[in-house]
Amino acid sequence: MIITIALRELRSMFLSPLAWTVLAVVQIVLAWTFLTQLDYFFALQKELATMQNAPGVTDLVAAPLLEVASIVLLMVTPLLTMRLISEERRNGTLSLLLSAPLSMTEIVLGKYLGIVLFLLIFVLMVALMPLSLLMGTQLDLGKLAAGVLGLSLLLSAFAAAGLLLSSLTTNPVIAAISSFGLLLLLWIVGRNSADAGDAFTYISILNHYVPMLRGIIDTADVAYFVLFIVTFLLLTIRQMDAQRLQI
Amino acid sequence: MSEHMLIRANNLSRYYGGHCAVDDISFELRAGDILGFLGPNGAGKSTTMQMLSGNLAPNAGEIAIDGIDLFDRPGAAKAALGYLPETPPLYKEMSVDEYLVYCAKLHRLNKSERKDAVELAKTRCGLTTSGKRLIGNLSKGFQQRVGIAQAIVHSPRVIILDEPTVGLDPIQIREIRELMVELGKTHGIILSTHILPEIEAVCNRVQIIHEGRLVYSAGLDELLRKQLSGQYELTLASPPPMNDLGAMKGFEHVEALGDNDFIVHTDIGAQALARRAVENGWGLSRLTPHERTLEQIFVDLTLGDKTGGAVHEDERA
Repeated sequence: MIITIALRELRSMFLSPLAWTVLAVVQIVLAWTFLTQLDYFFALQKELATMQNAPGVTDLVAAPLLEVASIVLLMVTPLLTMRLISEERRNGTLSLLLSAPLSMTEIVLGKYLGIVLFLLIFVLMVALMPLSLLMGTQLDLGKLAAGVLGLSLLLSAFAAAGLLLSSLTTNPVIAAISSFGLLLLLWIVGRNSADAGDAFTYISILNHYVPMLRGIIDTADVAYFVLFIVTFLLLTIRQMDAQRLQI
Repeated sequence: MSEHMLIRANNLSRYYGGHCAVDDISFELRAGDILGFLGPNGAGKSTTMQMLSGNLAPNAGEIAIDGIDLFDRPGAAKAALGYLPETPPLYKEMSVDEYLVYCAKLHRLNKSERKDAVELAKTRCGLTTSGKRLIGNLSKGFQQRVGIAQAIVHSPRVIILDEPTVGLDPIQIREIRELMVELGKTHGIILSTHILPEIEAVCNRVQIIHEGRLVYSAGLDELLRKQLSGQYELTLASPPPMNDLGAMKGFEHVEALGDNDFIVHTDIGAQALARRAVENGWGLSRLTPHERTLEQIFVDLTLGDKTGGAVHEDERA
């Protein structure tokens, strides 16, 4: 049942021009980044040859690409999640789900899975760019896989936050702005924190994502993302249940 | 309670902030009933229907659908329910077929049942030729039909329709009414509307809701029987004095509507009344049964407290 809702969600995204536009714009921006990084790598090649333990193409092309991708998608994900629940509420289509024999958990998970599947298409398209280099050179596939896992977890977390904020309002624009604000805040919150052990450093999404780009998969980081996702999904389910009482 | 109730609602109340939208409503729906919910705008019809369909939780009260409590076992209760809200819940970007198949899936029909169920719903709602069209491109009337098809696709035991004929042309309205009568034979239907003839044409029971309260509830045949209960309107060209008329044998009560028009309450029957009028040379020019139509009841109950009160008395008598 969750799958049924997710697939409809995914389908309807591709039936709207928004999804195609977003996919295209993100792809163009990231392709440009990829090319400039590649140029940069070629320019440095002579010096790299003389260095010991020189960073490879994965470090100089793939990791920066994934980092830029995360920032672009930080801005784009709220646009994709904004209509998930708010628009259904506004158009009255939510009552189709509410009067069907479905639990609130199934509805929320279905919607969430739909958007995550869509975001994984982004991840796939981003990953294809460095993978294309396999035609001419060797990559550190382990490091790349860690980065791709990191990006997937990051986007899943973005989606969970966006879903909650979409359930709070009937206006998609408000949902988009507030989820963008929340994500940006969580992104920058640990930035200038002096000591590494304080709470802000731990809350910051960035601090849990960057190590993965370097190929370090720490269970604490993975746990952070899992907890983040579970928390926001639970809050969404509770919120949806509460709204049947409030409105 | 020997008969099986499709819906049993007990003491439902619902507040929006401090405003009380539905106030302590109780009613039942039996199999084969088509219950008309009547009320002016903002009376609480839609709120009641949203509560029955599980879209809105009541502040107080209980709902059982097909004998299953809606709050204890919402999944099982909702499986027996088809609901068309005021605005049909349509995904504009899907085609009619895709949408109905999706609805059938949501109601957990398996693959073999699904195709037949969708075909049947389309046939019943006159959508057989529009299966491939996008819902967003359909006219309002056709969208309404898709909404109804959505509510009946899983052949639920209870169908709740919130203003189903809004936006339809007269021919479509007739078709939808016929459909409802047909569905009513096998399902229980609750129908909300503020179109009175619709209730008279389709329903066998009617409930009037006003300012969140249930103010009238009766079977439609009961209503019709009451109309024939010995009240006649007379127009007399040369009426006798009012006192003489009131003193006639067998006349319980006479009201004067104008110089020549009267309402006579009597048990002697229309034939005897006519004979008496002719024998006495009153110049009878009109004799009709005095009907209290649904419209009158509705107006009496929802307009002004004075008349409302009088009707209540009348109803109990």
